[in-house]
Amino acid sequence: MSGQTVGTRGLVFNEPLIFEQGSPGRVGYSLPASDVPEKKAERLIPKKLLRDDIPGFPEVSEVDVVRHFTRMSQWNYGIDLGFYPLGSCTMKYNPRLNEDMARLPGFARAHPYQPEAVSQGALQLLWELEQYLAEICGMDRVSLQPSAGAHGELTGIMLIRAYHTSKGNPRKKILIPDSAHGTNPASSAVCGYQVIPVKSGSRGVVEPQAVAEVMDDEVAGIMLTNPNTLGIFEDHIVEIAKIVHGKGGQVYCDGANLNAFVGIARPGDMGIDVIQLNVHKTFSTPHGGGGPGAGPVAMKRHLAPFSPVPTVEKKGNQFALNYGLPKSIGKVRSFYGSFGVLLRAYTYIRTLGPTGLRRAAEVAVINANYILTQLKGAYHLPYDRYCKHECVFDDALQIPDNVKTLDIAKRLMDYGFHPPTIYFPLIVHGALMIEPTETESKETLDQFIAAMQAIAKEAKENGDLVRNAPHNPRVSRMDETRAARQPNLRWKPKPSGS
Amino acid sequence: MRYIPNTDADCRRMLDAIGVKSVENLFADIPAAVRLKRPLRIPPALSEADLVKHLRALAARNADADRYSSFLGAGCYNHFSPAIIGHLISRGEFLTAYTPYQPEISQGTLQAMYEYQTLICQLTGMEVSNASMYEGASATAEGILMAHRVTGRDEVVVLRSVHPEYRQVTRTYAQQINLTFHEVGFTPAGTADLKAIKAALTDRAACLVVQNPNFFGVVEDLAELGEAAHAVGALLVVAVPEPVSLGLLKPPGECGADIVTGEGQALGVPMSFGGPYLGFFATQEKFIRQMPGRLVGATEDREGRTGYVLTLATREQHIRREKATSNICTSEALIALIATIYMETLGKNGLREVALQNLRKAAYAKERLAKVRGCGLRFSGPTFNEFVVQVKRKPGDVLKGLLRKQIIGGLDLGQFYPELKDSLLVCVTEQNSRQEIDALAKTMGGGR
Amino acid sequence: MYPADLKYTKEHEWIKMEGDRGRVGITHHAQHALGDVVFVELPKVGRRLKQMETFGAVESVKAVSDLYCPASGEVVEANTTLEGKPELVNKDCYGAGWMIVVKVADPKELNTLMDAKAYEAYLAAEGGH
Repeated sequence: MSGQTVGTRGLVFNEPLIFEQGSPGRVGYSLPASDVPEKKAERLIPKKLLRDDIPGFPEVSEVDVVRHFTRMSQWNYGIDLGFYPLGSCTMKYNPRLNEDMARLPGFARAHPYQPEAVSQGALQLLWELEQYLAEICGMDRVSLQPSAGAHGELTGIMLIRAYHTSKGNPRKKILIPDSAHGTNPASSAVCGYQVIPVKSGSRGVVEPQAVAEVMDDEVAGIMLTNPNTLGIFEDHIVEIAKIVHGKGGQVYCDGANLNAFVGIARPGDMGIDVIQLNVHKTFSTPHGGGGPGAGPVAMKRHLAPFSPVPTVEKKGNQFALNYGLPKSIGKVRSFYGSFGVLLRAYTYIRTLGPTGLRRAAEVAVINANYILTQLKGAYHLPYDRYCKHECVFDDALQIPDNVKTLDIAKRLMDYGFHPPTIYFPLIVHGALMIEPTETESKETLDQFIAAMQAIAKEAKENGDLVRNAPHNPRVSRMDETRAARQPNLRWKPKPSGS
Repeated sequence: MRYIPNTDADCRRMLDAIGVKSVENLFADIPAAVRLKRPLRIPPALSEADLVKHLRALAARNADADRYSSFLGAGCYNHFSPAIIGHLISRGEFLTAYTPYQPEISQGTLQAMYEYQTLICQLTGMEVSNASMYEGASATAEGILMAHRVTGRDEVVVLRSVHPEYRQVTRTYAQQINLTFHEVGFTPAGTADLKAIKAALTDRAACLVVQNPNFFGVVEDLAELGEAAHAVGALLVVAVPEPVSLGLLKPPGECGADIVTGEGQALGVPMSFGGPYLGFFATQEKFIRQMPGRLVGATEDREGRTGYVLTLATREQHIRREKATSNICTSEALIALIATIYMETLGKNGLREVALQNLRKAAYAKERLAKVRGCGLRFSGPTFNEFVVQVKRKPGDVLKGLLRKQIIGGLDLGQFYPELKDSLLVCVTEQNSRQEIDALAKTMGGGR
Repeated sequence: MYPADLKYTKEHEWIKMEGDRGRVGITHHAQHALGDVVFVELPKVGRRLKQMETFGAVESVKAVSDLYCPASGEVVEANTTLEGKPELVNKDCYGAGWMIVVKVADPKELNTLMDAKAYEAYLAAEGGH
């Protein structure tokens, strides 16, 4: 591979919108012949409640559909194609076994309301997964219901609110460090809390003093991401938890980055009361272009009475749904959570076991530090210390040549890599947030490092090449201003007769 | 470990390059007091072959709609899903991509989402749709929060014929910011009680929330409900847990709906014991900036080629933080892709035909069950593919008897409605043959 | 870049007195820092604002900034042209890109604002330009 970049051009196809294809009467489906009397719809439902047809709906054949989506898929980048170092998003390999297991008819074709007696396999799986996640987090109970990370955060804040309300005062404020994901303040606001920002210290972590200064008995709790979004472990966590607990507050951990220390340490042992897990990050379930995820919430015993219903309980050898939690916050979604996603996480945990899970965390951290040390010098490192699962650089060394983080990101595409997360965390100006994960080999990392170094060189010698990137993808940079000024959010038929 | 390429030797070389003796040095900042000094107490790793056996055994302990004839609906529907869907969504470029934040290398996902938004608009008769949310109940809760933002009002009027779990979820969300709920009952026909609704709607109401077809399968006259809501300046929120019905029914957008939410599971998505599903959310253009969730828009690249981007992101949490329209981040892109492929494959005629088959089969089942001794129809209103059957014996006993014959007979309504503790909610889709329906009727009548 | 007949806030709004009315917009620095403006959210005419109360927001593709009213008073005009042409904020921030006109309740409040010279010094201290 030496001397060659991974990315190159291939034959890709143009493919219009489905609405611009097909012809009247063309079909892509086959239905069984009707075996009941073919009554007219208007004999069963009043005509005024019926529609004529669905204007604009496609009429295409099965072949048209297959080609349509296969061609479109070729315009996408995925982990299956290459390295996807998107910081904070944990783009690790998505095992195919998990997909197969989710499609077993006993899971995929099971109805959530079918009797418990004939749902024992599904309930057992949920119960066991809860035990595993509780052990991994050092927590007492886990609600598997939330649909994604932010949904888990919301559920966690609701638990905190319900806990305080049961003590007579829901309290008014939540403390959130300035390095937090945007979902933290947004989830707090949905629960009616005022957000009090806490500044990170010069070492890139939250200092206990900064928490003590704003902590009072109107603060419901603190939301900390650990390791934080700089990829740095919040090493004062125990002391911070003491300060918050001292004033009756609760400690929420955004578990988006739990993959950095699974099997090495546990949030529950650090004074954390509640944490959400992003199974589409730590536990390898596919992102699918932006979901589905699942965001189980692990909690200490004192929060368990407020858990969403139902929980899954084991009685003897039988598993049952329990709706009998009088203090429950209620339900946060229909049924019992994203079962199919949870099943994939279960499969992953059973594949790795305790040794494999710990090794995944260790190798993820080695991989991140390898990139950190190899790119230091070519790129500016705002917090120069070892990291956990991700490292954050910025564009300070490239700005004098008028090359920005965005340009570097776009140029990486030409080399065959997905760009890192850019311009986040907000406390680093022009951030490049790189998370390699444990599923990448040293050779892949070396190729990426070589590409990043080449781009740093190009920035100095041939800035336009970088500023006009990407050159290889099917389309170049998009006019996002136009998209926002004149929103075009759906296809419409062209006016006829013009 | 087959998912972790680097060997101990690879790691050693990398640690040397990093300049540390051991991986332990990289974890030195985690205080010793909180380090886990033992292995995690979870079962040891299983080989691929052993794990497949284990999971097959678990799966075999569940009933599934292939081995049982199922008449369960109630927010999760047993529809046929064409084979191509599984193949197309398994393409790694769709399956293993992240949210399309880098449009140049995400046009596949983006164009598919743009088509999804268009299809949802066509189906619901609304002007704009977001790119998907978690599932129907929380999408409906988001609809109520949006109505609260738009109107600045704090009361919500919800019909009791809305799915009980949707009502529970919307309450959970709404109680965080102290919105007041008023629940309104239903008529003996199972339809919305217009008089009671008008009495409950005041100028403090942010919205009226209805489901169509409602939880009892009854088709509502949305237009008169829209008029009632608008008369007091409230918005009409229509929840649609069974969107296959929209192959036949007048779309909510033509009946005065301001916000349409719903569950996309019926559009080719596996039942999967309750999830992952697909919340859809559509509204009118004038409310775009109050909408929650991701939006995809069409634009051009530097060479003037059409392409798609995530747009109007300033509404969202990653930019507006605590002032965002919602805290939602992850959507249900892959599930929305299933629904997109389903709708495009069935198309104009297919969706109508599926809907017609559902209507006719359910009508046939209704007729059959109405004639069974000890059974009767609970409501007289027109229904789509679900209906309520009143039974003389205890519903639980009826269901147990059916289960012995590999028939999952429906939902015991007593758990949600004390006044319907003598009733079952029965769903019939295109997947249920006449033979299965006859067997259901025969068994319910005590036949062998 | 910073006209001498205007007064400025620390949040980068300007106000220009026209009799007892004050015309309000955002500064060159603000529009430049935001980049291409894609949307401006403005208040309804008739709304009463206190000094430094938020009256709306201005959005670019990836950022949003609240707008603060430099002086207390009632909104008597809002620049509805910006609904269709938000780019005017970039092209002509002191002219066609104005946002609202308020009937200023207490002209003395303007003494708390910066003049052009003070604003430029403020920007320099902030690391702006």
